[in-house]
Amino acid sequence: MNTPLSWIKAYVPGLETNPQEYTDVMTLIGTKVEGYECLDKNLDKIVVGEILKIERHPDADKLIVCQVNVGSETVQIVTGAPNVKEGDKIPVVLDGGSVAGGHDGSALPENGIKIKKGKLRGIESCGMMCSIEELGSSKEMYPNAPEDGIYILPEDTAVGADAIELLGLRDTVFEYEITSNRVDCFSVIGIAREAAAAFNKPYTPPVVTATGNNEDIHDYLKISVENNELCPRYCARMVKNIKLAPSPEWMQRRLAACGIRPISNIVDITNYVMEEYGQPMHAFDYDTLAGHEIIVKCAKEGDVFQTLDGQDRKLDSTILMINDGEKEVGIAGIMGGENSKIKDDVKTMVFESACFDGTNIRLSSKKVGLRTEASGKYEKGLDPNLAEEAVNRACQLIEELGAGEVVGGMIDIYPEKRVEKRMPFEPEKINKLLGTEIAPETMISYFKKLDLGYDESTNEVIIPTFRQDIDRMADLAEEVARFFGYDKIPVSLPSGQATTGKLPYKLRVEAIARQVAEFCGFSQGMTYSFESPKVYDRLLIPEDSPLRMAVPIQNPLGEDFSIMKTTPLHGILTSLSTNYNRRNKNVRLYELANIYLPKTLPLKELPDERVQFTLAMYGDGDFFDMKGVVEEFFSKVGMDNRPHYNPEEKMPFLHPGRQAHIIYDNVTIGYLGEVHPAVADNYKIGDRAYIAVLDMPAVLPLTTFDRKYTGIAKYPAVTRDLSMVVPKDILVGQIEQVIEQRGGKILESYELFDIYEGSQILAGFKSVAYSITFRSKDHTLEDQEVSTVMKKILNGLQGLGIELRA
Amino acid sequence: MKDQLEKIKEEALKQIEASDALDKLESIRVAYLGKKGELTSVLKSMKDVAPEDRPKVGQMVNDARAAIEGRLEEAKKVLAVRAREEQMKREVIDVTLPAKRNNVGHSHPNTIAQEEVERIFIGMGYEVVEGPEVEYDLYNFEKLNTPKNHPARDEQDTFYINENIVLRSQTSPVQVRTMEEGKLPIRMIAPGRVFRSDEVDATHSPTFHQIEGLVIDKNVTFADLKGTLAEFAKELFGEETKVKFRPHHFPFTEPSAEVDVSCFKCQGKGCRFCKGSGWIEILGCGMVHPHVLEMCNIDPEEYSGFAFGVGLERIALLKYEIDDMRLLYENDIRFLKQF
Repeated sequence: MNTPLSWIKAYVPGLETNPQEYTDVMTLIGTKVEGYECLDKNLDKIVVGEILKIERHPDADKLIVCQVNVGSETVQIVTGAPNVKEGDKIPVVLDGGSVAGGHDGSALPENGIKIKKGKLRGIESCGMMCSIEELGSSKEMYPNAPEDGIYILPEDTAVGADAIELLGLRDTVFEYEITSNRVDCFSVIGIAREAAAAFNKPYTPPVVTATGNNEDIHDYLKISVENNELCPRYCARMVKNIKLAPSPEWMQRRLAACGIRPISNIVDITNYVMEEYGQPMHAFDYDTLAGHEIIVKCAKEGDVFQTLDGQDRKLDSTILMINDGEKEVGIAGIMGGENSKIKDDVKTMVFESACFDGTNIRLSSKKVGLRTEASGKYEKGLDPNLAEEAVNRACQLIEELGAGEVVGGMIDIYPEKRVEKRMPFEPEKINKLLGTEIAPETMISYFKKLDLGYDESTNEVIIPTFRQDIDRMADLAEEVARFFGYDKIPVSLPSGQATTGKLPYKLRVEAIARQVAEFCGFSQGMTYSFESPKVYDRLLIPEDSPLRMAVPIQNPLGEDFSIMKTTPLHGILTSLSTNYNRRNKNVRLYELANIYLPKTLPLKELPDERVQFTLAMYGDGDFFDMKGVVEEFFSKVGMDNRPHYNPEEKMPFLHPGRQAHIIYDNVTIGYLGEVHPAVADNYKIGDRAYIAVLDMPAVLPLTTFDRKYTGIAKYPAVTRDLSMVVPKDILVGQIEQVIEQRGGKILESYELFDIYEGSQILAGFKSVAYSITFRSKDHTLEDQEVSTVMKKILNGLQGLGIELRA
Repeated sequence: MKDQLEKIKEEALKQIEASDALDKLESIRVAYLGKKGELTSVLKSMKDVAPEDRPKVGQMVNDARAAIEGRLEEAKKVLAVRAREEQMKREVIDVTLPAKRNNVGHSHPNTIAQEEVERIFIGMGYEVVEGPEVEYDLYNFEKLNTPKNHPARDEQDTFYINENIVLRSQTSPVQVRTMEEGKLPIRMIAPGRVFRSDEVDATHSPTFHQIEGLVIDKNVTFADLKGTLAEFAKELFGEETKVKFRPHHFPFTEPSAEVDVSCFKCQGKGCRFCKGSGWIEILGCGMVHPHVLEMCNIDPEEYSGFAFGVGLERIALLKYEIDDMRLLYENDIRFLKQF
């Protein structure tokens, strides 16, 4: 909401302040000023001049030379403006002054334009006559400005006077951020009330006087409201013998400062009252209302209605409409109809000032796809008591401006009158909540400044209907707090019962995952939680895969963000791709983020959110480096058993020969592998990429931070080497399984030290060599013991078709 | 005999003096003290010495041996020192050659900011709590005093899964879940991912992170809220940081406030960073609305509390002077490596 300070000052006459102070004070009492603009910030030395004499420029056809009386002297100004004549009063910027912009109305330069005297085609020019654009405004906002040329001031303007002031530009426009609970502050009077309270000045809102001739509106018009719930109040007044004309300058200036284009007296009055009171009004042409009747009721399903902007709107039965005796004439609270709008030949009109249900207006506005100034105000839920005052104010302005003859009386459909609320005044509770010791009288004085009453006899605070936001003690506490000053409330720390600071186990494990990943060279990435259903194709995931069962978002930001991810692959591969595309070398990324697995679709209960620890890399490193990272993590979280890697169940997005599920204590906890070259191609990664994914909810129960020390061996170890010829399809994992199963208690460790396929080995076989270490906790091993165990191992290996190498 | 011994000793010492290498010393040792050495052969000729003289001669031989051995040791030490010195000279390296680094990875700036915030509040006795990202409308809105069609819902453009389930638009539903558990008092923070349907640009992202804070106890006051957040701001942005509380409105707190901290770039003097105001807005907070307490079966007459919500990205962007939010979700390694 934008409002000029001059308008606020009109109702807070004692207000003396500067823009920065006003900003600070208003912000600290809760009417946040987002910013302000001094309309005269780049306007300097601009006075009213009178053109005494015009001569042609001797050397230029399009220029004229003017002698201009600027009060203190007569200066010569050369101009190319086509519209000036002798005797015109015009704004003149003197030598050394400045204007806001150029005459073409293009974007205003930050620091304006300096004007210095100089020569135009050899003739001296000491200043410049100004167009409205040069003064920083526009023809739109100043409708009496000429289409192209110098702004001509009224004939009776005093020469030498401050033209900036005369044009209403010695003003500052403030932009406020009004919170949704303070409907009353979406109006000049609302802000003025706050400003008066903040600066401790009297608040003098406009005094609305009685208006109307001795006729009775009821003789002209009949109104009925069929749905009182959606329309708690409907007020109407009438104006006849309308004289459509421009509104007076003071009204135009105020509207222009609010960013509203002046149009005509009738339209301007409607807009003016909406700004001033925050109450939208609508004007119908009385002569277009069939049967001279207004009926407020919901539309029929499927109706189509043309709003006054010429657009057809589709309606349904929840949308409240204004009808005349025969047809719909307006969408209640949103926009009137083309069929009843005020045209230039209007003679008689009906002013509607109503209160509509905020929620309904909000929903209707969405349904018809039209949000207007009016609907924006109604949405917030207006005070029905405002409607009457606002329409009377409008009629007052009609009379003041001579815009027509106000018909006596008002039609007012208001079955359930909204009355002020009463609340017990509990100063001790307020102080207890705030941690303050504010005297009850002080609190009452704050209330009074805000037009909240206090009934001493009942010890009650009386809440006027325009403060719908105040409902209980905490709300009053806020009023006290903001006028006492948030900054003056003391500072303390919660006392009470001590509590222990804790990080849950899950987050501790995740922290270790991050540490390990980072020690291994992986940097943490973050990707979106939603993606496109097309990613499954890019990942070669088959049509019938359960991974495709994703939670769809009802109102996504486009298809690319339309489902909740069921796999972390797309996010991390996209990140690798971004890096590859930017020629970053040796990229290692990890992510800890949720996937979202629905139990059923459509979703009835919340999906299973599973944190995935995802590692991805290209560049230096291979499958086994990735496997190493995974195992480093296991050892850091107490997973000291041997993980197994199963290459059998193929994942389509990974290289068929370079992938495995990771199994720990018979639980599948993740997978790793080389990204399938076709997938890498789809993501434009031109290098082998590796990926590992650990399903953290599966990992978590397998982790522990409990450690038990086992003594450092005292007795010597015995090492035996085992050199084997192994059928090619036997995995070393199978060999190791045999070693482990048959190694018994004395098996300490084993290490693969050679693996070879080639000319010296029979085709279909490979050579594999292990070094196996045995040790006993309590004695020095005898050769015999070791040999017995070795024999068991060998027997087992022979079962796999493995021979010892000769 | 005595003269002979004296002569052997003199000769040996002279040779030691002249030696400039360990191997030479060793051959001297062998030549005099070895099994076939000169002193040894003197000892061997002891049998020719009269028995009464033997102790005396023996003594003399031992003295000579001790003298030679002592000098040999000294000479060895000198040589060893010299040899070490020479080695040191040979082994000089250019210490400005490049380091061999392990190339450790880096945490995401959001995570660094989050851990920082967690550290501060854990120190003040807060428990870190998590809640679901896909959340019931009931928790995200209804129980936070924001019923269906409340205008505040428009301020947070929410992603809907269906009528009852949303992508949480704030971490505040974790407040409700924690209060509903019924264990009092509560001091918790809830970091997490939230969603709003904002198009991606330099200052908006449809996904971002918040940290929610909640304290419920008897006699918790607005003054406590001020004190807590002032401590937090000092820890996070530096001891000199000042905080400013401005009245604001949130449906689930009353009174509510927005909090600004004095600009840590210009110490409040006003700069480009704080748009000249000297202040930077960092969070929203307030006293938990009594109706919210009631909906969670907490008696507002007995208990009160405060809540606050901080945007993590906002803190990360401010602290690290990141000027484009998109960088946080691109994962360009050149960006991540700076943290």
